[in-house]
Amino acid sequence: MTRFLRVVRRELGLALRQPGDTAMVVMFFVIAVVLFPFGIGPEPAILARIAAGVVWVTALLAAMLSFERLFQGDFEDGCLEQLALVPLPLEATALAKALAHWLTTGLPLLIAAPFLALALNMPSPGYTALFATMALGTPTISLIGTLGAALTVGARRGGVLLSLLVLPLVIPVLIFGAAAVDSALAGLSIRPHLLLLGALLLGAVVLAPVAAAAALRQALE
Amino acid sequence: MSRFKGEGLTCVRGERLVFSGLEFDLGPGDALLVIGPNGSGKSSLLRVMAGLTPVAMGRLTWDDVPFTEDPERHRARLHYLGHENAIKPQLSAAENVAMWAGLRANPTGAGAALAAFGLAPFADLPARLLSAGQRRRLALARLSATPATLWLLDEPSVALDRESVARFEAAVAAHREAGGIAVIATNTELAIDQAAILNLADYAATSADIGALLGAGP
Repeated sequence: MTRFLRVVRRELGLALRQPGDTAMVVMFFVIAVVLFPFGIGPEPAILARIAAGVVWVTALLAAMLSFERLFQGDFEDGCLEQLALVPLPLEATALAKALAHWLTTGLPLLIAAPFLALALNMPSPGYTALFATMALGTPTISLIGTLGAALTVGARRGGVLLSLLVLPLVIPVLIFGAAAVDSALAGLSIRPHLLLLGALLLGAVVLAPVAAAAALRQALE
Repeated sequence: MSRFKGEGLTCVRGERLVFSGLEFDLGPGDALLVIGPNGSGKSSLLRVMAGLTPVAMGRLTWDDVPFTEDPERHRARLHYLGHENAIKPQLSAAENVAMWAGLRANPTGAGAALAAFGLAPFADLPARLLSAGQRRRLALARLSATPATLWLLDEPSVALDRESVARFEAAVAAHREAGGIAVIATNTELAIDQAAILNLADYAATSADIGALLGAGP
């Protein structure tokens, strides 16, 4: 357990030395959302209607920018080999990587999301739903992205391939995340959506590290 | 007691049979120099020994127990130095050593390890400012920062100056003195006392081996 936390701390420490990486992802999120009013026009009713969907989709795309460097740097400078040789199961290392990714990317996106929804004039009943679904959805995205990053480590043009692998897998998260906000705006319960997102998260916590570890072993062979 | 043994080892990388029928038997204090022409499988052998690459055929054992039975224990007892130095350029030299030492048992502190390779004056310098030879020394300092019985070193003396090579040889001698085992793949002359020599050119795959492998294959 302490080794697990040390791997998390290593990742956080490295991310802190390069705060630009996190800042870039959040900036992309902000700019991409702000582009919508320019493209669609400043009609408040239309923006309010699409706010939740836009925030969710752009958060997903922003997260895609961050996965490529998750293992690639460590792979190139030999750190991945050493991580694989630390007396800690590779599955735990993959889970630690996913947790650190969520803390450095998912959490900032989660914090930025309500402000961007506000900028798009989302009605007030939607905020709790948006925040709750993103709180459950972003860790799932981090886990699935970790799997995608492990599968594409060492591949040429891995970034594009990674998006092609990961985006289809996170569609369920997007569906329930955006639908929960719509339910809240329509005055319905968001509980079923949250339960389904919770189930997706639990499934990802169990399966993604195992699959990612298998992919990393293959890459290091 | 520690007995590191390989019997009838065969390694396949990609679709190529790299070596076959390889044997070695190492006890406490032993050193094995792995030599051979480029591409003869020196690095592959070390990766097989570390457990990074699976064994195609044969047995690798520690105290007569195949280490695939408990890979984590095997990882806890070994240090592997690959072609890449596993150095993060944005961390200082001391932080780089401490980072890896912290992930293993009984770290002895980065300071002494850095001093052993003459890096003490550069402890607080970001690793990106170090020269190629200094980076290699930093990677070697990692070995001294935590105890491990088995050292697997792939071309450890690359980019090292003469003084650093002497420091490295002293570190290996001290490691063996303490009952450790060292396996060193090298193409340069290293002064390692009473080291067994394994020339991989002697184990190049023959067509008979390929036939045996196909016969035994899944």
